Amino acid sequence: MDFAFTPEQEEFRRTVRAFAEREIAPRAGEIDERGEFPVDLVLEMGRLGLFGLPFPEEYGGSGADFTALCIAIEEVGRVDQSMGITLEAAVGLGAMPIWMFGSEEQRRSWLPPLARGERIAGFGLTEPEAGSDSGATRTRAVLDGGEWVIDGSKAFITNVGTPISQHVTITAVTGESKGRKEISNIIVPVGTPGFQAAPPYRKVGWHASDTRALSFDGCRVAEGNLLGARGEGFRNFLAVLDAGRVGVGALAVGLIQGCLDQSVAYAKERRQFGRPIAEFQAIRFKIADMAVAADLARLAVYRAAWMKDRGMPFKREAAQAKLFATEAAVSAAREAVQIHGGYGLMEEYPVARFYRDSKVLEIGEGTSEVQRLVIARELLGSG
Amino acid sequence: MNITVCIKQVPDPNQPYKLSGTRLDREAVQPVLDPGDEFGVEAGLKLAEAHGGEVTVLSMGPAKAMEAMRRALSMGAHKGILVSDEALAGADAQATAQVLAAAIKRNPFDLVIAGTESADGSTGAVPAMIAELLGVPQATFAKQLEVKEGTLTIHRQTQEGYDVVECALPAVLTVTSGVNEPRYPTFKGIMQAKNKPVEQLSAADLGLSVAASQQVAAVNPAPARGQGEIFEDDGTGAARIADFLKNAKVI
Repeated sequence: MDFAFTPEQEEFRRTVRAFAEREIAPRAGEIDERGEFPVDLVLEMGRLGLFGLPFPEEYGGSGADFTALCIAIEEVGRVDQSMGITLEAAVGLGAMPIWMFGSEEQRRSWLPPLARGERIAGFGLTEPEAGSDSGATRTRAVLDGGEWVIDGSKAFITNVGTPISQHVTITAVTGESKGRKEISNIIVPVGTPGFQAAPPYRKVGWHASDTRALSFDGCRVAEGNLLGARGEGFRNFLAVLDAGRVGVGALAVGLIQGCLDQSVAYAKERRQFGRPIAEFQAIRFKIADMAVAADLARLAVYRAAWMKDRGMPFKREAAQAKLFATEAAVSAAREAVQIHGGYGLMEEYPVARFYRDSKVLEIGEGTSEVQRLVIARELLGSG
Repeated sequence: MNITVCIKQVPDPNQPYKLSGTRLDREAVQPVLDPGDEFGVEAGLKLAEAHGGEVTVLSMGPAKAMEAMRRALSMGAHKGILVSDEALAGADAQATAQVLAAAIKRNPFDLVIAGTESADGSTGAVPAMIAELLGVPQATFAKQLEVKEGTLTIHRQTQEGYDVVECALPAVLTVTSGVNEPRYPTFKGIMQAKNKPVEQLSAADLGLSVAASQQVAAVNPAPARGQGEIFEDDGTGAARIADFLKNAKVI
């Protein structure tokens, strides 16, 4: 049994924390208020190698592993959830499908700019009427003269409408066999005629993260843009989401830790009834609970990451980590605001932003309900 | 170019310090690479990138100082030298300079870079002493620097602005914290630092037996900053503040 990070992982955590505190934290409030995707900041994160962590150096990556990625997501998320999800989605949903299912040629042509953090990409799964029921996908792709012709729309897609967005990998119905939809993954480069990203949504949280609806209207891409085998699209995105859930779990751990650090500092400073509120049991208990949540969520997330890095099956562990960490994050944000009292509702305090940013964690990349379904299915079989 | 960057591990200057007698209690506070040294390492790396050559980081300190050395190596420095010796504990500026100069002299060098002063001892004397012991010129307090055809040119920070100072290499250079923006180590850099060569030397390896020539007699905390003067504005406030600032020679 060994619960320690390696000295190199610890050093990496310190480095990302220093970067996050010096470069990201001072801008977090402003980019949130303006709903601005900060291209320069994302490119700086790229120069630090964060977007290439789980990929080999020959594809522009850092040659690290998934655990290192989780450390980076956690530390960025501790100061700013918008940049945290930008990183998580760019690697987990943008680059990872190319790495996992791409041919050698596809990896060579699409992966290096992503791994180097010069470009980002997205994954287009959710549709207006296909959320948790992703099998209800309506977007269609038909082969015509050596090209896929794509028609349909996607909803709530991250990282596809920025000035550095390279492509989106979509799920599309490419046929039917035995009465079942055949779903495949297709790479659609940004700028392809017939493919449009709508203006950004107005969201409750994650204001500086780019989220848009996408539409495809007779959009034509090369037949070679099929990613993975035809008809494997459903199975492939489920595999992508397993890892993505651990990443979102790491983002939630960052949020809990951020709430905890802010609350500890505030409780020592804020005085009521002639003493710091840190001396009141009501506050002490909240902070104790938050520390427990941070620790348990962290253990669950890094165990799942550790299992993935060792090639072990980790589907249930990933779902458990995501479920526990994100629900704990929503509680932590609520209690952190409570500790801050009226000031917790003021945007000058990061906990106000954390509060708005927390809820989506229970929804994105599989709702809490879907996680429970996955966990139960692993234990009981299909219900 | 062969560049040696002198670095030091110091107790994290952002944490409150603790004293043990007249010395800093180095166990009490998390040790870090002196933040001022990151500018020296960055300056060395930039020059090596522009002119070719290698950056060696050099430090004198306990075995634990290897962590600070690895930090500098993870930024991209090529190799390290750590002089570690029980006999050197409590070394003063002169003893430190003798050790560092002896270590530098063992190989041909073009440039020795250091911060202006350490964050803990703050004597600011070591770089000048190294220059003297090596018999080379020193260019100090650089806020901007350039090396061209064997000549080092710097903008030397002064109270009023800056002086342009030029000298031939080899030389000793000290850099201020405004001279560049130190890079963050990448994951790759951190992993590579594990396997970079670090030579470990004792005082005897350098043929030295040095002793501190200074003793710290006492340590007193800096006087707390005063309350400041409060001007109640009775209509003459602005004029009184202006007079106050004039007296303080601020305006």
